[in-house]
Amino acid sequence: MSRTLLQKVWDAHGVRTLSTGQTQLFIGLHLVHEVTSPQAFAMLRDRGWQVQFPERTFATVDHIIPTLDQARPFADTLAEEMMSALERNAKEFGVPLWDLSSPRQGIVHVIGPELGLTQPGLTIACGDSHTSTHGAFGAVAFGIGTSQVRDVLASQCLAIDRLKVRRIDVSGSLTRGVYAKDVILEIIRRLGVKGGVGFAYEYGGAVLDGMTMDERMTVCNMSIEGGARVGYVNPDQTTFDYLEGRPFAPAGETFGRAKTWWASMASDADAEYDDRVEIDGAALAPVVTWGTNPGQSVQVDERIPAPGDVETNDRPAVTEALEFMGFEGGAPIAGTKIDVAFIGSCTNSRLTDLREAAQVVAAQRISPHVTGLVVPGSKAVAAAAEQEGLDEVFRSAGFEWRGAGCSMCLAMNPDKLEGRQVCASSSNRNFKGRQGSPTGRTLLMSPAMVAAAALAGEVADVRELAPAGSVGVG
Amino acid sequence: MATGGQRISRVAGAPLPMRGNDIDTDRIIPARFLRSIRFEGLEAHVFEDDRKALAEAGTPHPFDQPQYQGAAILLANANFGCGSSREHAPQALQRWGIQACVAESFSEIFLGNSTALGLPCATATPEAIAQLLHAAETEPATAMTLDLEALTVRAGDCVVEVATAPAVREALLSGTWDATGLLLDEFDDVRAVAARLPYVTGF
Repeated sequence: MSRTLLQKVWDAHGVRTLSTGQTQLFIGLHLVHEVTSPQAFAMLRDRGWQVQFPERTFATVDHIIPTLDQARPFADTLAEEMMSALERNAKEFGVPLWDLSSPRQGIVHVIGPELGLTQPGLTIACGDSHTSTHGAFGAVAFGIGTSQVRDVLASQCLAIDRLKVRRIDVSGSLTRGVYAKDVILEIIRRLGVKGGVGFAYEYGGAVLDGMTMDERMTVCNMSIEGGARVGYVNPDQTTFDYLEGRPFAPAGETFGRAKTWWASMASDADAEYDDRVEIDGAALAPVVTWGTNPGQSVQVDERIPAPGDVETNDRPAVTEALEFMGFEGGAPIAGTKIDVAFIGSCTNSRLTDLREAAQVVAAQRISPHVTGLVVPGSKAVAAAAEQEGLDEVFRSAGFEWRGAGCSMCLAMNPDKLEGRQVCASSSNRNFKGRQGSPTGRTLLMSPAMVAAAALAGEVADVRELAPAGSVGVG
Repeated sequence: MATGGQRISRVAGAPLPMRGNDIDTDRIIPARFLRSIRFEGLEAHVFEDDRKALAEAGTPHPFDQPQYQGAAILLANANFGCGSSREHAPQALQRWGIQACVAESFSEIFLGNSTALGLPCATATPEAIAQLLHAAETEPATAMTLDLEALTVRAGDCVVEVATAPAVREALLSGTWDATGLLLDEFDDVRAVAARLPYVTGF
């Protein structure tokens, strides 16, 4: 019988059906960070449990670390306490930890893939909702809370219901200046922020087939913003080429055997889906959010909606968002003044993202009133970017070049908006207060669009700034 | 192996109306309060930024209105708890005193996190939620009862039907919502599954 990747992964990892009716699912890779793990380790200690599969568990530090002065102890005593707790827990329970002293440190969803830990056919869990990122490799990857982190540490399993699968085909090819970020923002705009509840999103079609792994990760990363806990792309040659030679990927003859198994886990050609959506990739344009959830967005050449433009049910939310943002319904989004430009986060902090943004800023200066921040996703990304001279491109344009971490995506470290600042951001959430100021405002967009906004000092259409043929390969 | 947790079949108490769709976990508990290695004390910061903004506007947040102090059943519209996977959100609500949530729908991660804490989340139709919200706002002193056996919420003379995922209901009714014990019960089966996985055995 033909099956989807989700079904195959479920079948391979199901231990048994629990008395509650849920599946006991074996977790192939458990990624741990400092924010959602300390209470889980404490519960293990209280109950006298061990980490059952320490060799399938890896930890790093990303959310709370300063991106400027990383000397220990951290100036923030709470951050220091969390860092110390993770160090103590990793040592006590035998879990490898890549901390600030390691060249492998970085955002958990950046380092898993670049180290080759993230592989097709795995179940992957992490106490972070953007774990869906790893689905780019054809893994079934999802975020969990701290009690479930405890479950996975103690048993390497989760009690979970199987998801339905919605196939989303993006056909054709993207036009110049349109990026992976625009694809996922458009999907969320069309299907809504709760459209994916109960579903895993399987992304495919010519646009996804042609994407690099970095681009596929951007798409899968924001599945959760559309309500889908899991998003994935079937593994193909692009996936295998990316993995070959990575530290934790199989090597030599084993790689060939692994490739055969990985390929076998892809959805069958005649697999049946619970739902299907088709999107014409050629018709897409750069997307910018105007509101307080990732579905409240328009194309850059469109106008911000007024309450009267939307269905009756949505009017209170639109009114509330406009009020919070201080925007007028009916105004064009282009030309909206920005104060801060942030390029980073698990959505868009990989080498490809930095290259795309650097191409836009090349040899220009950001607007004098804009504070620009580039935060590479990992130390490895930072090193590779520096090797190419991207750090110099950003610095000479007036951006700050920082150390790797989550930074201003959620502002658990010193990188924060102040007051009512407006931030053009390559991150994933524009929730009220998300970037550290309760009244701060976030406009989500692609890294190239953030770069364009930084240069113009306002939301600008990257297609008008970019020299023809230099960006937007899709 | 002990399977943790009390059996939970009904929750009774005063309601707290939280109107609006897509209330995200960043709003329930802003990220700066996650800078801690403990959950204790989170209740002091539940909805902190929203509460401060509404207090300044002179329209107190439900969590600050005197008639909802001591409430146990939170009522909400669609997609409550969306966004971040932070268990700190249901932890903050539960530590504040919320013992059950009834909404049009919940984000899946929030639902899973709440269940793991023995905090029942039940859904009802938009019409039923509208009825309950209205009752909570007009007669805040009237206690509501969520009955997980009957799958109803009773508010005075008004009874509405609710739904829960079957596994959630079963976990709460049987007291197996703290799943670790259950997952460790037949651990040989776990080892057997691991031993069949090519990436565990080295392909």
